[in-house]
Amino acid sequence: MEKLQKIGVPILALVAFGLFWEFIVWVNGWPNYVMASPSDLPAAYIRFWDLFLIMGWQTLWRTVLGLLIAVVFGTLLGMAMGFSKIARDALYPLLVGFNAIPKATLVPVIALLFIGQHDFNTVLMAFLISFFPIAVSVGIGLSTLEPEYRDILRALGASKVTIFWKIALPKTLPEFFGALKVAVTLAFIGTNLVEIVSPHGRGLGALFKSGETNANYPLMFAVLIALAVLGIVLYYAVVALEKIFAGWAERPQS
Amino acid sequence: MENLIDIRDVRHAYSTKSGPLPVLDGLNLSVPKGEFCAVVGPSGCGKSTLTRLVAGLMKPDEGEVWLHGELVKSPRKTVGMAFQNPVMLEWRSIIENVMLPLEIVANGMSKADKTARAMELLELVGLKGFEHKRPSELSGGMRQRASLCRAIVHKPDVLIMDEPFGALDNFTREDLWQTMRDLRAKEPFTCILITHDLRESVFLGDQVVVLSGRPARTQYVLDVDLPADRTIEILYEKQAVDMLHILRDQIRIAQGREAH
Ligand SMILES: Nc1ncnc2c1ncn2[C@@H]1O[C@H](COP(=O)(O)OP(=O)(O)OP(=O)(O)O)[C@@H](O)[C@H]1O
Ligand SMILES: [Mg+2]
Repeated sequence: MEKLQKIGVPILALVAFGLFWEFIVWVNGWPNYVMASPSDLPAAYIRFWDLFLIMGWQTLWRTVLGLLIAVVFGTLLGMAMGFSKIARDALYPLLVGFNAIPKATLVPVIALLFIGQHDFNTVLMAFLISFFPIAVSVGIGLSTLEPEYRDILRALGASKVTIFWKIALPKTLPEFFGALKVAVTLAFIGTNLVEIVSPHGRGLGALFKSGETNANYPLMFAVLIALAVLGIVLYYAVVALEKIFAGWAERPQS
Repeated sequence: MENLIDIRDVRHAYSTKSGPLPVLDGLNLSVPKGEFCAVVGPSGCGKSTLTRLVAGLMKPDEGEVWLHGELVKSPRKTVGMAFQNPVMLEWRSIIENVMLPLEIVANGMSKADKTARAMELLELVGLKGFEHKRPSELSGGMRQRASLCRAIVHKPDVLIMDEPFGALDNFTREDLWQTMRDLRAKEPFTCILITHDLRESVFLGDQVVVLSGRPARTQYVLDVDLPADRTIEILYEKQAVDMLHILRDQIRIAQGREAH
């Protein structure tokens, strides 16, 4: 019964939303070039299915690669800030300043720097936009480790590396995954930003743009839905990883 | 008898924004092998600092800390520590928490031996059946029991405890005193216990050291000549009550108030 509720309720909500959308379009009598309705979408998917697969894959791998680089770089940066006060004082203002720049403004900068390197630019953007929350969360997690946690191992003569692996790292995992959930969404935005803006782009963003150029509104909406699905898949992939590696942080529910 | 812990004329100051803050000034303390030394003193007088010096986590500005006839310069593998916060690693089960020190100091020990050793202690403190639970599933008192097991799992010769029962309610605390007494009967270790509970110091201690207010020096040492297998009831007998009175007066002096 509980399981049925868990699956059934979201599906019901989804169907209701689709019907509502269809209804609004029908009531207002909007033609296809103003607003597509859900019933137009299957045709768009069938017609462009191959493109969806190819472009979807493009968007997916570039987002994931950018995110992976952000994880490595952000974690290293966070470790530097977490362990050294000097590094923290030096890096923090820089990071905050960088994060304050609206990332859309970076797209032309990058495009000019690396002309025509579409794959590279997209991955770079996904990385640039998403490493900040990871660096900050790891940094804060490590620097706020209660001294007792360190002392139980330090009193036994354990090395810094041992303390990091056995205590500091696992203890920051919940914060890390919290940040990763934000980061994956950001990386996805970064990828799409470049795909849409680049003149000869690839990926779902480019498909969206071609729908716009050709006034194919059902295609545009079909891409939006596909993006949502991909975004959800990415998000829940992170949630699944979190359950595996930081499931202990979940309080038993009552 | 040989003194296992010897603290000689230790002086220490922290450097703070408003200049050096002297915390320990002329602290002397000797604990013979196998004895239990309870340390009491006014809040903020430097008791936790003392534990960090004995554990080798810090070096004193002046004076010496000797353990086992060796000058303490850095952490040694043969100490165990327990704090007011049980410091359980939430991602590990209880038994994995208890086994943690063995992973550091007993690399050669087989997994089965480590498990057996941890189980032996968990059974002693009444946590059998809880070994695979997560710390968050246990009560505060149970977590503190597990923390005690972890502090002695590697058979340290010195056990250092900083107000380990401070956050527990009175009944749980008295239960843990008895657990502590039983553990000592089975596992010989020399112990420094920081506490702010005078009854605790008399029930568990072989000697009670009263520190003066900051900067702390040894103000008074009380020998507790009660039998080793004491029960809580002994605290209500005249001999113990007299000791409690003496300690109370000493604490008043340490706080800078007149005894009466
Ligand atoms: N790392 C530090 N840097 C500067 N001052 C410190 C530091 N650690 C402790 N102090 C100061 O030194 C004094 C003694 O601290 P300590 O923790 O040893 O006292 P305590 O006797 O354990 O106190 P309590 O009874 O509250 O546990 C306090 O005034 C404290 O503010
Ligand atoms: Mg203290």
